[in-house]
Amino acid sequence: MALQSLDIIRRSATTTHSPNVRAEATTEVAKLIDVSKCIGCKACQVACMEWNDLRDEVGTNVGAYQNPHDLSENSWTLMRFAEYENPKGDLEWLIRKDGCMHCADPGCLKACPSPGAIVQYANGIVDFHEENCIGCGYCITGCPFNVPRLSKRDKKAYKCTLCSDRVAVGLEPACVKACPTGAIVFGTKDDMKDHAEERIADLKSRGFDQAGLYDPEGVGGTHVMYVLHHADKPEIYCDLPANPRVSPMVRLWKGAAKPLALGVMALTALAGFLHYIRVGRNETHASDEAAAQREMEKAHE
Amino acid sequence: MSDEIGRDNTIVRYSAGDRTNHWVVAICFVLLALSGLALFHPAMFWLSNLLGGGTWTRILHPFIGVVMFVAFILLSMRVWSDNRMSERDWQWLKHWRDVVNNREENVPEVGRYNGGQKLLFVLVVCMLGLLVSGFVIWRPYFAPYFPVGLARLAATLHAICAFAMICAIIVHVYAGIWVKGSVQAMTRGTVTPGWAWKHHRAWFRDVIRRGQ
Repeated sequence: MALQSLDIIRRSATTTHSPNVRAEATTEVAKLIDVSKCIGCKACQVACMEWNDLRDEVGTNVGAYQNPHDLSENSWTLMRFAEYENPKGDLEWLIRKDGCMHCADPGCLKACPSPGAIVQYANGIVDFHEENCIGCGYCITGCPFNVPRLSKRDKKAYKCTLCSDRVAVGLEPACVKACPTGAIVFGTKDDMKDHAEERIADLKSRGFDQAGLYDPEGVGGTHVMYVLHHADKPEIYCDLPANPRVSPMVRLWKGAAKPLALGVMALTALAGFLHYIRVGRNETHASDEAAAQREMEKAHE
Repeated sequence: MSDEIGRDNTIVRYSAGDRTNHWVVAICFVLLALSGLALFHPAMFWLSNLLGGGTWTRILHPFIGVVMFVAFILLSMRVWSDNRMSERDWQWLKHWRDVVNNREENVPEVGRYNGGQKLLFVLVVCMLGLLVSGFVIWRPYFAPYFPVGLARLAATLHAICAFAMICAIIVHVYAGIWVKGSVQAMTRGTVTPGWAWKHHRAWFRDVIRRGQ
């Protein structure tokens, strides 16, 4: 998608307004992934590579279902499989569809130094514009979910777009379209929260007391949410962070430090200029040269 | 007469090697500071045009950084022994008010370098910080080998060191303009006897003693 979508609410490394006349008419969207309904079929992975025309390298089988082994510039979503032994001693196979969470407060966008390489639409989707990407990888440094990947070929960063191109014309993301069990649903963020409530009530009635919604506050909420049967322990789902937030280091580096450092540098230069016009240069006069000559002659005697 | 005193009665302060080394560091520094600021603050992004755009800035900045570091280490080795702080330098620094107001009469005698110049050697610490943190965030080559937490720390440290260094270099450059004759010392290598007598009297006396 391009800036012409006219509903950009935030743009990386930009200090002025983004084009967003249409923002008022847009509602926030969300993808809800119900982990308890997922059967790990990977139809979402296939739909993603098909819609986005991505082909990852064929990997190697290491005796696990997870394939490929990690997200990459060509794999924007990935089923992560965890074998969890619950306190009762039973095995639970926890499958989590990993990918960009589309944070309301995106660390990637905050860290990005290139104007317009990362944008956030009024509907909440965080999108990379690779034509503006310079390949510095600051987005990787900023992301609390370890999502963006630099392409080995073109050195640009890639990640899930939440099918911003499909959503813009009223379609649901490709992964949602393909999911055979209804584990992935898509709609307005409010509707998805309501739907999640029903699912959580159902899970609780089936004995999952700690079932809950994963929409972490630390990043302002996300536009990809999970229904987890063990919402008290998100880490067991292949290290889903319990309290994700943009690192304080990144906040300092790409927050307060920016105006402060630039201001002090400008003041240092200004101090030099003021010194020049108020005190003036320190010049060597004829009397200094004469004194030096006297000493030199004396030394020769 | 020694090599230090030229035929035109000037004193050689920096050899051709010193000057070349200094300006390699200086040119690298200017390119690095401007291209680094481009990635630091959006208001400075236009400076990325200096190296041919954002992507070229990302590609070239670290390589220029390595060149600067190597040249800086060589330069440090040239001037290291003359830059050890002594009691006289601390006394000199205590008279900073007289110094900045061009009242040298009350200021203690200065050797080859004054206390302020020696303080600039703090930059060695910044340089090391920039080198180490720079490698940790250097994509695509080295950053993937470090955990992301370390990359966050390194990015912040890189910005802090660069900030301290840019401020120090602004002072350094201005001091060169302020003390007339200093720029010539680093461009042509020579100073007048009066300049040496006025600003570095102990060094001046060493030179004429050696010249006998």
